[in-house]
Amino acid sequence: MNKQITIEEAVSQVKDGMTIMIGGFLACGGPNKIIDALVAKNVRDLTIIANDTSFVDKGIGKLVVNGQVKKAIVTHIGTNKVSGQLMNEGKMEVVLTPQGTLAEQIRSGGSGLGGVLTPIGVGTPIAEGKDHLIIDGKTYLLEKALKADLALIYGSKVDEKGNVFYNEATRNFNPMMAMAASTVIVEAEEVVKTGELDPHLVMTPGLFVNYIVKA
Amino acid sequence: MDVKELIAKRVAKEFKDGDVVNLGIGLPTLVANYVPDDVEIVLHSENGFTGIGPAQSGEEIDPDLVNAGGLPVTIMPGGSFFDSAMSFAIIRGGHLDATVLGALQVDEEGNLANWMIPGKLVPGMGGAMDLVGGAKQVIVAMQHTQKGTPKILKKCDLPLTGAKKVSKIITEMGVMEVTEEGLLLVEYNPEYALDEIKAATEANLLISDNLKPMV
Repeated sequence: MNKQITIEEAVSQVKDGMTIMIGGFLACGGPNKIIDALVAKNVRDLTIIANDTSFVDKGIGKLVVNGQVKKAIVTHIGTNKVSGQLMNEGKMEVVLTPQGTLAEQIRSGGSGLGGVLTPIGVGTPIAEGKDHLIIDGKTYLLEKALKADLALIYGSKVDEKGNVFYNEATRNFNPMMAMAASTVIVEAEEVVKTGELDPHLVMTPGLFVNYIVKA
Repeated sequence: MDVKELIAKRVAKEFKDGDVVNLGIGLPTLVANYVPDDVEIVLHSENGFTGIGPAQSGEEIDPDLVNAGGLPVTIMPGGSFFDSAMSFAIIRGGHLDATVLGALQVDEEGNLANWMIPGKLVPGMGGAMDLVGGAKQVIVAMQHTQKGTPKILKKCDLPLTGAKKVSKIITEMGVMEVTEEGLLLVEYNPEYALDEIKAATEANLLISDNLKPMV
């Protein structure tokens, strides 16, 4: 099957109100060209699951500035002053989550698990309202799995089957998100023919990827 | 010597050869400059690699390699890249020997607050909760007071990043260990009188029988 689509075809799949996982860490390793197209399309009321809300002029940050995000499940908003403003004005709900917890919530969402037990956050405000379980004398929080309608990820080198190689620090949340969404679109820096990406270097198997957009 | 340099230099003496260490943003980052020549530490970056090298320089900046603050850096020979789930497995799983972080407040029970000031500053915790909860040794490196206002308290009143996790506090005035009995001053900077150090500390400061000069 041919997984390659245009950026227009990719954004046509994004509808108002969707829950979308977006890879990247402060826009490094993020699907930033697809995000630009989402800003142009102006889809609204999105729930975004991502590491951070980036900067006002980069990646996810632009979606926030354009008022397209209803809810952000992220670990950090401090690099984007508009995120804080919208949160304080009640225009965007922000669920701040420890980074390792978010990674595991997404991983478990893609792995058939209901969630994870983590000691992180016990005794802090984020533990409020969450189930506490004592296992062998140690207290853990139950953090539920996360899934999404769509994952937008980035790949440095992607073959026609959707196998992905991530260069350097671009990997971050991308491999987990590729497992946890109903539809997965990878923005590929480079697309190569089937057989040209050494299987040893594949970090996300192509079976997880529905569509490839050449950046 | 600059106060921050003095603190960083003292923190750098904490590490053993081969330690895996995560340095927070700001003052803690300076610590890397003062690690003794006979000690080799592995610097961990929570966005997904070990072997943080110097900042990138020159005209050609590689956007795929940034540190956890989003700044373009390099990777040292022997470094490794991984995804966010593995990065935090390293942190939580007992594979990180030490983390060095700043604080808004820290108290005599080893509680740490450094991720939000309600109503004023809510950047998010990023990886800080995982680092505080997961590292084998949590070292707080900061100036002793906030322009004269104590930051080392009997009890933190800001929302906690981690409960009872701090092992050691290092400031320009001295080195304090969190013990069962309370906060123990083990080293002091001879530029300050003991009474001055006590006055700058709201927490009850116990003085070690083996109190030594810090510098």
